[in-house]
Amino acid sequence: MADSAIAPLQVANVGKIFGRHRALASVSATMNAGEITAILGPNGAGKSTLLAIVSTLQAPTSGTVRWGDVELRRGSPARAALGYVGHEPGLYMELGALANLSLFADLYGVPDGAARAAALLERVGLSGAPAQAPVRTFSRGMLQRLGLARALVHEPSILLFDEPSAALDPAGVTWLGTELQRERDRGRVVVLVTHDLDAAAALAEHIVILRRGRVVRDERRPGPWGASSLRTAYEESCRG
Amino acid sequence: MADGGRRAPPGFWSQAFRIARKDLAIEWRNREILATSAFLAVVVVLVFSFAFVVGGVAPPPAVVAGILWVAILISGVVGLGRTFDRERDGDAIRALLLSPVPRAAIYAGKLMATIVLMLGVELAVSVLVTVFFNARVGENAGRIGALLLLGTIGFATVGSVFSAALLRARSRDVLLSTLLYPIVVPLLIAGARGTANLLDLSPDLDAVSFWTQFMMAVDIIFLVVGAWAFEPIVSAD
Repeated sequence: MADSAIAPLQVANVGKIFGRHRALASVSATMNAGEITAILGPNGAGKSTLLAIVSTLQAPTSGTVRWGDVELRRGSPARAALGYVGHEPGLYMELGALANLSLFADLYGVPDGAARAAALLERVGLSGAPAQAPVRTFSRGMLQRLGLARALVHEPSILLFDEPSAALDPAGVTWLGTELQRERDRGRVVVLVTHDLDAAAALAEHIVILRRGRVVRDERRPGPWGASSLRTAYEESCRG
Repeated sequence: MADGGRRAPPGFWSQAFRIARKDLAIEWRNREILATSAFLAVVVVLVFSFAFVVGGVAPPPAVVAGILWVAILISGVVGLGRTFDRERDGDAIRALLLSPVPRAAIYAGKLMATIVLMLGVELAVSVLVTVFFNARVGENAGRIGALLLLGTIGFATVGSVFSAALLRARSRDVLLSTLLYPIVVPLLIAGARGTANLLDLSPDLDAVSFWTQFMMAVDIIFLVVGAWAFEPIVSAD
């Protein structure tokens, strides 16, 4: 069931300059709750920089990121509403799966963190994994599952995914897609940065295409785009 | 409200202690830092004992104190580097920075764990120095312990900042030593001079008091600068 009253994520005129290089130039977009937004674009378009700014890991040179009536920035309490899954799992490799999740549950102040961690292990299909085994012994797919559980441990309202399916096998990609849809259906704001047009076409209702740090397409459809229409839109946007 | 009444994260010290507990739990599982640091410290003490203990006669207190502090310095750098390597593996540091934990609490947590680990190694080194050099550590154990604690706090304070800064550097092990050693020289000198006084047959307690106060002052400066510098260093905008 969808959580009520999750506000949209609003990126307004965000710019980012590294030295003499402009990575983002006045990027604006609104990502709604209950919708999967795919941020697409060629290498160097600024996708990961935009996600780093949205996640508050980097500060924008100009512009703001707002979630409802609060500004998302470093030090803002609203950061606790963010969950992030990248290509690396964001875990302590020498700790066990349950210990990792319990740690992050404690840091976020999740009540009864151990029970929440156990429930998440069940959800991501790792409840049968050896409880004490360090996660460095896990396969790539298991690590990514655990990385998602870590990102969900505090019930975030906004979920950010940066190339989450990189190095996953086809079954892993399918599983991840199902999890994204599940979070979307629960009414979360789901943002996916990817190069995988097929995955984006199957999942996203909203696409934002970046090119050279600028938004060249921002379009919504009632359902997932489908492979051919997304590919056409992408090629049109990135041409020239 | 956007977050629908989200529960507030724990307080600063709760989070700092949780991070320290995590580091110590990892170390308890594999004892990697303790084993490598202690091994290195033992080797240093052994080499010096073969060089300086001639005909069963121990070297003067100033030399013994120098050996103790050099062993701690060399083993401490190894431990420091590894503490932050654990944040890099699996990009755990990103997850930590994304959590609602203040950067200063991360720093405090890492610092506490590093100090505990270093003190563990120092205990073993002190025993070895007592045995190999027939040093009078036991007679002024409290004061020597205080000097070691102050030296460790200062060393870990500045070392944690550099370790964090070098988290993604390729030659971080070499760079850490190169950057850290010159900065901790005042602590090393003060610690060695204070310890040498305490190991003497007739300790000059006024001099010990001066070096203790000097180390406290350096620690305070390092703590203030470290806490201030840690956030921009790990944020890396």
